[in-house]
Amino acid sequence: MSAALHARDLGKRYGRRWALRDCTVDIPAGHVVGLVGPNGAGKTTLLKLAAGQLTPTSGTITVLGGRPTGEPAQLARIGFVAQDTPVYAGLSVADHLRLGARLNPGWDAALARDRVERLGLDPRHRAGKLSGGQRAQLALTLGLAKRPELLILDEPVAALDPLARREFLQGLMEAVAEHELSVVLSSHLVSDLERTCDYLIVLVGSRVRAAGEVEDLLATHHRLTGPRRSPDRLPGDWQVVSARHTDRQSTLIVRTDAPIHDPAWSVSQVTLEDLVLAYMDEPAPAHLRPVLEVKR
Amino acid sequence: MIEFYLDGRSGLSPYMQLVQQVRHALRLGLLREGDQLPTVKDVVARLAINPNTVLKAYRELEHEGLVAARPGVGTFVTRTLTDASLAAHGRLRQDLRRWLAKARLAGLDDESIEALFMTTFRTASQEDIA
Repeated sequence: MSAALHARDLGKRYGRRWALRDCTVDIPAGHVVGLVGPNGAGKTTLLKLAAGQLTPTSGTITVLGGRPTGEPAQLARIGFVAQDTPVYAGLSVADHLRLGARLNPGWDAALARDRVERLGLDPRHRAGKLSGGQRAQLALTLGLAKRPELLILDEPVAALDPLARREFLQGLMEAVAEHELSVVLSSHLVSDLERTCDYLIVLVGSRVRAAGEVEDLLATHHRLTGPRRSPDRLPGDWQVVSARHTDRQSTLIVRTDAPIHDPAWSVSQVTLEDLVLAYMDEPAPAHLRPVLEVKR
Repeated sequence: MIEFYLDGRSGLSPYMQLVQQVRHALRLGLLREGDQLPTVKDVVARLAINPNTVLKAYRELEHEGLVAARPGVGTFVTRTLTDASLAAHGRLRQDLRRWLAKARLAGLDDESIEALFMTTFRTASQEDIA
């Protein structure tokens, strides 16, 4: 499968602080990919690098086979909806569409008009007067009407109420069904990702902790509870993602392709949320742990 | 036409839920031969779910011979699931009632009964797979 995004040892430094460091990740095309991780994991930096809004300090990144900061033709293939779905408050909805048409060679005016109409947005309305949900929908319209091959969205629904969130994701999924575009979407809302994404990447401290098709991830991760057992007495092909012990009992989340036959364990399914939390909880390798700075 | 829903707490993957809802509708006679299933775009736009989920569910139903896709038109029901096992339900229910009475007599409460049933059910279905 072709890669939508491919990063190797990618890093971005601001002054002395690394926002992203040694990040190696492959994101396949033809998926709706969810990117999750704690704040400060480097998600936004990674997405901005992918959209060509930042240049790397170290390492390489290719998006749809080309450098994102390359020529305009390459930029036209990538759509980007930044965090909090920004629009120009002083411009009207119609102005936004005109601007989009002017700036994007592949602009789909019919799609933009149609979406604005269906959303019930008044073209004369200033963007600053729109509700949060409407602003997000306008930003999505601009991203979609560009007709990109890859649409990148950074936390697009974080600030929206549940109804606006649902409507936004409905619009996004409808566009995916219609135009076969690849999507990379970062979010903290795992329940949204569970519905909309078929591929998930857990990013913690610039490192990919887990990546794969959502269904495979769910099928290969299990929660086991049983009598306390020391970690060195577990099967070698188990990847122990998280382990908690009381004096009598052990509770593990393990990743394994093989079925678990040991009757001492009671096996239960994990939800995507359990899985994400287990990976986010895992301590980072020592050299990647963020150094806490003392504020004076 | 049926309308799909997703139950977040069912423990089933969204794609399985769609498959089951179609099978269920076929058993209940809500869907009959020749009926059209909602288009992928409609399902996606309604439930805000990944299109691949719907495609996968429809492929599974196709594989089971329950529906057929007509390119450019839609997906249609090709077979009804008239429930031949319905006749057996009465007797099975009676057996189950007797078993439940025995379990209560042995001192099991609701939770113990449910736990025993579910573990036995899971073990049995795992053995069937293995």
